[in-house]
Amino acid sequence: MSITLTPEPKSTVRTPVSAHVEAPARIPETRQRPAQPAGPPALLLEHVGKTFTLGRKKKAVAAILDVSLRVERAEIYGVLGANGSGKSTLIRLVSTLLTLDTGRAEVFGHDVERDEMAVKRLINRVSVDAAFFKKLSPYENLAFAARLYGLHAGDARREAVRILARLGISEKRMGSPIEQMSRGMQQKVAIARALLTSPTLLLLDEPTTGLDPRSKLEVQAFVEDLRATHDATILLTTHDMAEADRLCDRIAILDGGRLVAEDTPDGLKARVGRETGLAPTLDNVFMTYTGRSLDEDVETEGPEDDE
Amino acid sequence: MTIASRPMATAARELSASAAFIERNFNLSRRYWGWELAFLVYAVAGALSISFIGAAAADKRLIFSLVIGAIFWNYLSTVFSFIAETISWERWEGTLEYTMMAPVRRASQLAGSTTYAILYGLVHTSVILLVLTLFFELDLSHANFVTATVVMFAGSFSVVGIGIMAAILPLLYVERGAQMTFVIQSCLLVVSGVYYPVSVLPGWMQVASAFSPATYILDGVRKGLMEGASVTSVVHDLWPLALMGAILIPTGLWLFGRAEHYAKRTGKLKRVG
Repeated sequence: MSITLTPEPKSTVRTPVSAHVEAPARIPETRQRPAQPAGPPALLLEHVGKTFTLGRKKKAVAAILDVSLRVERAEIYGVLGANGSGKSTLIRLVSTLLTLDTGRAEVFGHDVERDEMAVKRLINRVSVDAAFFKKLSPYENLAFAARLYGLHAGDARREAVRILARLGISEKRMGSPIEQMSRGMQQKVAIARALLTSPTLLLLDEPTTGLDPRSKLEVQAFVEDLRATHDATILLTTHDMAEADRLCDRIAILDGGRLVAEDTPDGLKARVGRETGLAPTLDNVFMTYTGRSLDEDVETEGPEDDE
Repeated sequence: MTIASRPMATAARELSASAAFIERNFNLSRRYWGWELAFLVYAVAGALSISFIGAAAADKRLIFSLVIGAIFWNYLSTVFSFIAETISWERWEGTLEYTMMAPVRRASQLAGSTTYAILYGLVHTSVILLVLTLFFELDLSHANFVTATVVMFAGSFSVVGIGIMAAILPLLYVERGAQMTFVIQSCLLVVSGVYYPVSVLPGWMQVASAFSPATYILDGVRKGLMEGASVTSVVHDLWPLALMGAILIPTGLWLFGRAEHYAKRTGKLKRVG
């Protein structure tokens, strides 16, 4: 006897990524948050904390302190903060690459620690460094990743070709070692790798850092495409204030591991303009809430070599 | 989907994931063909050099013993190092986090890596065997290949188990882990009687040799190929190998899981080598 299972909850049903839709050529004048859907949020963090022990003296450094946030389905949620503020740690916690010290985290109702495998099937991530087997071709790297997520290699190739074409990379580049590609092209392949698996929650950790202006715009347009055509929720960290302003429905600002502000981009700008008298820009929002300018950033986040 | 078909679907997905690791490793070997060729030449040269020691002594039995040691140690060390370096490779390439966040059971990942390691080891070893056979007239008239195959098969499980345990080290120790696996491999070489009888070792080393699966593998294979011993007459080599395999693989997988959890707690997956 076989018993029919309940279908996957609607909130987690994925639709294929479309690479055919033309990208919006300009920033929408009015930004509307997606309607609040029924069902669990795409991402829920409640009092999440993470501390690392650094160096031979085992100094405890809090990377994330009591962070709570809620990201709704189909939302683009930005996380801003200086280097070392905890952005990447936050992404890694959601990615199941780190365990939580305190609090809980859920992806579409699945606990990231108890339902790790279910969460892994719903997420994918693009990090600032395009990590690949550099001697392998884009196709070989993408086929490997796709098969890990249960995709058929042939389907993965067709989808990869479509996504890469949308990002400006032709099919003829698919067979050469990825080490022969520029940094920007490698990052586009990394984005394609993440999108191949049609993640319901896409974690973009500074995806455009190091890209030339054209590539950056192509990636940003693609992210807008994703939101328009694909039922994806995006958690985006960036140092590019214009990018955050363009893409994000809401923005959280982390400073020293704490969430110090959260609102829509316009809401944050208006608040800073009102409270400080500064021009209502995201640059000023960043400086107000982190206490330093972007140029003063230093890389300190995460565990150091403690061997 | 039905409950009845779900385990099948899960098994198919995990098998596909294991196959993905085999395919990826094959692609890596293909892309690094120059290095593969260099390693193969070095392995053949090493095996020849060692076997010529027997020729210098004009002792055919010694030559045979050294040839077996060279060939089978090459297989065992290749399988061991391939599995043990599974994590190191990913650290060097920076892909470890992506592999670890994929929805794949660690056993499936290690099964794929192990399968490729065994296939790779067999190809490597076959080439060395062919070359050594051309150089030395080996008397295989009394050889019992069934015994040698059974011993190798039984021994492979324990080597895989040790390899999985060794793969934990690069997970725990970002830079030194790979160095530690190399040291383990070196220690196995010394104590396992690869090129000489275990009886010539100091007493404490002979005790250590009892814990190395390579000791039993080489003893059983030599008895099978040089003396034509039957499978039943090498049971004293087979049962320790079966016991080690039964203990080391589950223990290795369990320890790997614990090590992965530790790495996630301390942030050690992040670092690249």
